[in-house]
Amino acid sequence: MISFRVNKQAVQFNDAPDTPLLWVLRDHFQLTGTKFGCGIGQCGACTVHVNGKARRSCVMPVSSAEGKSIVTIEGLTPPDEQLHPVQQAWLDEDVPQCGYCQAGQIMATVEFLQRHPKPSDEDINKNLTNLCRCGTYVRIRKAIHRAARLSAQAK
Amino acid sequence: MSKNQHTTAEPEVDRSRRKLLIAGATISGSFLLGVPIISPAGPQSSNTGSSRLGFFINILENGDVIIGNNQPEIGQGLRTTLPMLVAEELDVEWLKVRIESMPLGLLKTMDGYTWKYGGQGVGGSTGLTDNWTFMREIGATARLMLMQAAAQLWNVPLQQCSTAPGQVICASAGKQASYGELVKLASALPTPEAPTLKAMADYRIVGKPQHNKEVIDIITGKSQYGIDTRTPDMRYAVISRSPVINGSVASFDDTVTRTVKGVLDVFSIEGPAVGAPYVILAHGVAVVATSTWAALKGREALKVEWKGSPNHKDSSEKFWQQNHKMMSGQGQIVHDQGDFPATLKTAARVIRHHYEIPFVSHAPLEPQNCYAWVQKNKAHVIAPTQMPSGASRAAAAVTGLEREHIKVEMSRVGGGFGRRLSNDYVAEACIISQKTGWPIKLQWTREDDIKNDFYRPGGTHELVAGLDKNDLPVAWSQRLASASKHYRRAGVKTEDLWQAELYPDDFPQAMVENYRLEYFHNDIGMPRGSWRAPAHTANAFVIQSFLDEIAHETGQDPLALRLNLLGRVEQQAYSGHGGPVMTPGRLSRLLKFVAKRIDYAAAREKGRGVGIAAHFTFGGYAAHAIEVSVTPAGELSIERIVAAIDCGFAVNPNAVEAQLQGSTIDGISTALGLEITLRDGQVMQNNFNDYPLLKISRVPARFEAHVMNYDDTPTGVGEIGIPSAAPALTNAIFNATGIRIRRLPVKDQLRKKMTA
Ligand code: FES
Ligand code: FES
Repeated sequence: MISFRVNKQAVQFNDAPDTPLLWVLRDHFQLTGTKFGCGIGQCGACTVHVNGKARRSCVMPVSSAEGKSIVTIEGLTPPDEQLHPVQQAWLDEDVPQCGYCQAGQIMATVEFLQRHPKPSDEDINKNLTNLCRCGTYVRIRKAIHRAARLSAQAK
Repeated sequence: MSKNQHTTAEPEVDRSRRKLLIAGATISGSFLLGVPIISPAGPQSSNTGSSRLGFFINILENGDVIIGNNQPEIGQGLRTTLPMLVAEELDVEWLKVRIESMPLGLLKTMDGYTWKYGGQGVGGSTGLTDNWTFMREIGATARLMLMQAAAQLWNVPLQQCSTAPGQVICASAGKQASYGELVKLASALPTPEAPTLKAMADYRIVGKPQHNKEVIDIITGKSQYGIDTRTPDMRYAVISRSPVINGSVASFDDTVTRTVKGVLDVFSIEGPAVGAPYVILAHGVAVVATSTWAALKGREALKVEWKGSPNHKDSSEKFWQQNHKMMSGQGQIVHDQGDFPATLKTAARVIRHHYEIPFVSHAPLEPQNCYAWVQKNKAHVIAPTQMPSGASRAAAAVTGLEREHIKVEMSRVGGGFGRRLSNDYVAEACIISQKTGWPIKLQWTREDDIKNDFYRPGGTHELVAGLDKNDLPVAWSQRLASASKHYRRAGVKTEDLWQAELYPDDFPQAMVENYRLEYFHNDIGMPRGSWRAPAHTANAFVIQSFLDEIAHETGQDPLALRLNLLGRVEQQAYSGHGGPVMTPGRLSRLLKFVAKRIDYAAAREKGRGVGIAAHFTFGGYAAHAIEVSVTPAGELSIERIVAAIDCGFAVNPNAVEAQLQGSTIDGISTALGLEITLRDGQVMQNNFNDYPLLKISRVPARFEAHVMNYDDTPTGVGEIGIPSAAPALTNAIFNATGIRIRRLPVKDQLRKKMTA
């Protein structure tokens, strides 16, 4: 039995401990906002926060989540609360095309901005490696800068 | 050449006949002038009418308007753009509009199946152009019915009624009523003839940049993609497919697989016969389980003996060699104007170069998947597909059910790029569900996807130009040896295979009097299909590269040479998809524009260079100017990109800009790093580690995407911006380094050449 928290709720998982966290979230907890793109840690579509750090959940066996706190895209903004500044920036810039990578992009960006509250383009280039097959990078870059401004204003 | 050849991997209801089909259905009373109307006597509508006006419009009492979208959404933004057209003519506040997804609608008639909600399917950048008039008529007709209802209610002449957003007004009688108050009355009226549509100058919604309505669901994780489908009692399935092209299952040992907790069933699935049209792609063994992970672990434990395949010796190496060998002889002359051979002989100068275009995979970020539940007399399919009618056909083909008993729903789609014109994964899911009796979600992994694709065909091109004494081309030929994407397509004759690979009216055919196209077909066993802007990607690359080579070798300016050629013809016939005419001046306009924006003529420091290219694709025009820098060690940086598109009239400039940005990056990503290779009949690539899509770090912050209107008629958008991106990049590389990239992808060619 593996016990951890997902979006602030205590949960338990009682199946194969080698199941990647991704599939536990998707198949067992029906949190399908976290996406499967490659399964080998290459694309970032499955990015979630584990104790506040962005992690690629497809290469993280659920056993390693024991006692940890997971946040998925569904839990980024509690219901009825304002959008997270990163989500707001994504909305303002109309970032998504197919949208499939975007939950992962947002989760990666949220943590990135905590480390780089005023990122340069170079910071973005060095730290953000999530793939977007639709090529929304131009708007992702704009949205990251906008999110940084929104976060600064909110403080 | 019919549009079909560009857009669908399997025969599709002919899109050009759509109008006719709808008009035909009018006779039966189901449609009138493209506005399908639910019969007032239908079950939901009592004598007091309903809140629905036809299939597409639902007006709620609070004034909210729900507009149906009948097309697949693969990231091109149609779910916003098409409802904009309806909302414009209906005259409602765009902010009050919500979008509802419609399933596939097929009607069985005495002549076979016809569309219930208009043609459905996206390919060939026709999603908007096919629906441009249809959607506006739907909105305009509904608006007229609301006015008729008001006129009746107030007992005033219709001519005295008009609308303001969301309401009908009769100024002379001092009356007004909201659409919500009128809709029940209106829904009971007979459908009138579609009224005259608005003039462009009166648009309030259309032509203005509008936010995509679905972003909020995407960024909160609520959007439902195919992969997110879940129903009670659903089981999960994966398939182990033959690693060798055209291989089949000799035997399998599932002893260990069946001990994996959660595994429910294991059985083989028969693929198509060698050379036969594809319904599914490959032979394989299915593993069904209680979760995705259990199915994957079960598959890993499976031992399959594969039977030999006639293609077990196929390889990329052999492919290029065969092309080379074939091209030393004479191919099929598929287009011959003027006297190419004689002109070449007397030409003042002859320039000749070879180019190689690799096979590439679509790799949409959402791997293929499909939900299917096949029961005795009916089936239900939920699929991420570009061609829902193809999904219905595939399901019918493998289950034996009548299409009217197969319900097809379209999920949001995590990328299309042409891959999901084929519905092989739908057929697979149906086979597994029928065999087990369970509702099934079939899941492909990324490896499954990279290794089992309908690849963009690779090919070797030889371009030959004969120049006159002013160094201008007077004879031109393109010789191509490639693996036609029409291979294994039902009913395609060998002598027509070229049609998928060479488009005879492409630039500069109309500008060079003596012009010849020659084709050689390579029979490699790789499955192939339509990849975003199909053959335009290859042809634009080689033609736009070759023009640069001519310019450099004769000391001309590449931009001036292009403008000279484009300026020779005011308008030309274009018989392929995107015709009937092509206006070269529209390409010139874009070229001049992007060249100016990027300071094309400015002197640049050593190691920096700029390149340009332009291409006409499926009715739309695009040009790129790209600036790069290359270090002495061969490290390439893209410094700046200027892209411009002329899609006639941009219905949603915001969405057009997004497509131009995305297709430009797609073109560059593919040109820089992507290639599928074959050895011993097996695809060598696996996943994004060895099929490396571009990351944000290589996309410059200095990136301009310009949307330039031309007239009042929209063309397609999704594919227009891709073909000229790659040659602009490699032309820039040449300008910076003197190294000509004649083989894609670029990969480490620069490093190798510069450090050699
Ligand atoms: S699915 Fe986890 S990184 Fe791609
Ligand atoms: S928006 Fe489609 S993959 Fe990023």
